[in-house]
Amino acid sequence: MSTRLLGAVAALGLLAACSNTDQNAAQTGGGNTIRPGSQEDLVANVGDRVFFDFDSSQVRADQRPVLQRQAEWMGRYPDVRVQVEGNSDERGTREYNLALGQRRANSARDVLVASGVNGARITTISYGKDRPAALGSDETAWAQNRRAVTVVQ
Amino acid sequence: MNPISSFAATRRRVLIGAGAGLVAPGIFATPTTAVAQAPQGAVIDITRARTDPVPVAIPDLAGAGDAARYGRDISRVIQANLRNSGLFRPVDRQAFIQTPEAAAQTPRFQDWRVIGAQALVTGRVVDQGGQLRVEFRLWDVLPETQLQGTAFTAPAANWRRIAHLISDVIYERLLGEKGYFDTRVVYVSETGPRDRRTRRLAIMDQDGENHRFLTDGRSAALTPRFHPSAERIAFMSYQDRGQPRVVLFDIGSGRQQVLGNFPGMTLSPRFSPDGRSVVMSATRGGDANIYIVDIGGGRERQLTSGGGLDVSPCFSPDGNQIVFNSDRGGDQQLYVMDAGGGNVRRISFGNGRYATPVWSPRGDLIAFTRMGRGGFAIGVMRPDGSGERILSEGWAMEGPTFAPNGRVLMFFRESRATDSRGGGYSSRIVSIDIAGFNERPVATPTDASDPAWSPLLS
Repeated sequence: MSTRLLGAVAALGLLAACSNTDQNAAQTGGGNTIRPGSQEDLVANVGDRVFFDFDSSQVRADQRPVLQRQAEWMGRYPDVRVQVEGNSDERGTREYNLALGQRRANSARDVLVASGVNGARITTISYGKDRPAALGSDETAWAQNRRAVTVVQ
Repeated sequence: MNPISSFAATRRRVLIGAGAGLVAPGIFATPTTAVAQAPQGAVIDITRARTDPVPVAIPDLAGAGDAARYGRDISRVIQANLRNSGLFRPVDRQAFIQTPEAAAQTPRFQDWRVIGAQALVTGRVVDQGGQLRVEFRLWDVLPETQLQGTAFTAPAANWRRIAHLISDVIYERLLGEKGYFDTRVVYVSETGPRDRRTRRLAIMDQDGENHRFLTDGRSAALTPRFHPSAERIAFMSYQDRGQPRVVLFDIGSGRQQVLGNFPGMTLSPRFSPDGRSVVMSATRGGDANIYIVDIGGGRERQLTSGGGLDVSPCFSPDGNQIVFNSDRGGDQQLYVMDAGGGNVRRISFGNGRYATPVWSPRGDLIAFTRMGRGGFAIGVMRPDGSGERILSEGWAMEGPTFAPNGRVLMFFRESRATDSRGGGYSSRIVSIDIAGFNERPVATPTDASDPAWSPLLS
């Protein structure tokens, strides 16, 4: 039991060391348990990100349930604080996309708050187009990059 | 105002390099022996030089011993500067008839005329124990007249700056406008995979020499811009894992200072022409508005308000107006307002979204990025939005910055990734004449973005 726990802790340390946006459940595989209330828990059981339309920061109807589930999840772990990271695709200019990423992060935050999360538990940040999740130059990649990612602090 | 006397006035200034080994000690331009024997004003019209570059012969500057090496190196730098401008065509050295030494004594104009040189640069370097005294003369070959004669004295380590100063004198004397060779470029050096890039500020001479890094890359640095003194930079920094902030950076000391006191992110800084304040954007909630922040007192004044994203503000050179980028009308367009924030009017009406406006130091043009579904373009328009011209088009490009004379732009160009791992992606700085010709890569040791061209250093 203690070794399993250690494994989970080690995996967590590894995650903290990388840029913390793109973990997926596979990294926590190999029999490790996922610590409740952790980023891996959020990724594996709730979904850590929502996607946006081109040049839009409105939370889409099909994405809203993800944020509502995140809010419920945060309700179960009242000590958890998160940062919402806003991002854009590469089809824009750097400065405007920084502002757009901020507006997306803020839109996602607003839904979390509207769903019952205390706003003091949420910070936001924007990386604009400078931290893509998908590295291709096509619509499939861009759709994955127009995103707001909720990251446990 | 004749060019010779204005030139002489600027040359008499003592030129102090920034400290901390950036430019070695200081460069002194001493006795300006400006000898004018030719008619005043430009010898060649710039418009003509674009289609028909001026043939200029630049033999090595004469000299003995080490001085000969400096003479050769200085003349090569002058040659490269003039060639890269696209407005001059250095005559092939193989064709030279008269020796550099003899030409430095007395040019035999017939020898230069027959090889097609319209202008001739001669000179001599004397090593005065670590100090170089560099004399040069610029000749108009056809009428056999001297257009300019100037001597510079400087520590030998500053030989490149002497070459750039001489290049600027030649440019100004022949074309009737100030040059841009004694300048630097600060930019963002990019290394590592695209999803985890290290972004550091780097600075180099306009021709790519004397390259060095200004920040270590632990916090990402974006969008640097020069203070009018060229001794300070404003940029955006992701420091301390907190909100990204506009930071002032002193090139000499390396000292950094967060600008303003805002709860949200601050971005897209540009200095006012008087250097006393910075105009930039600050986000509050989902909005971004434009503020002016005094550098000294930190006083803040809000210029725009409302629900849009207002970014990338840039002053007109007279300080009376500000051009900026806003999505207030639905998508990104360019707007101009008075420096106090009033009288906002839209100026971009072409196809696509417009961004990154930057006002020419001459005041006559605004350069911008235009984005369509197919690709991006760099263009210029007049400040009232008329006369739009596209200079360069491609997959992705942005961030134009003007040379101090308003005749050349740098910007950065990105290539399209060819696979899902980002293979084939690159980001490079290029320069282009504002007439849309002479697009050239600017060599940098790593991928590069966000170039900012300094004012003239002297």
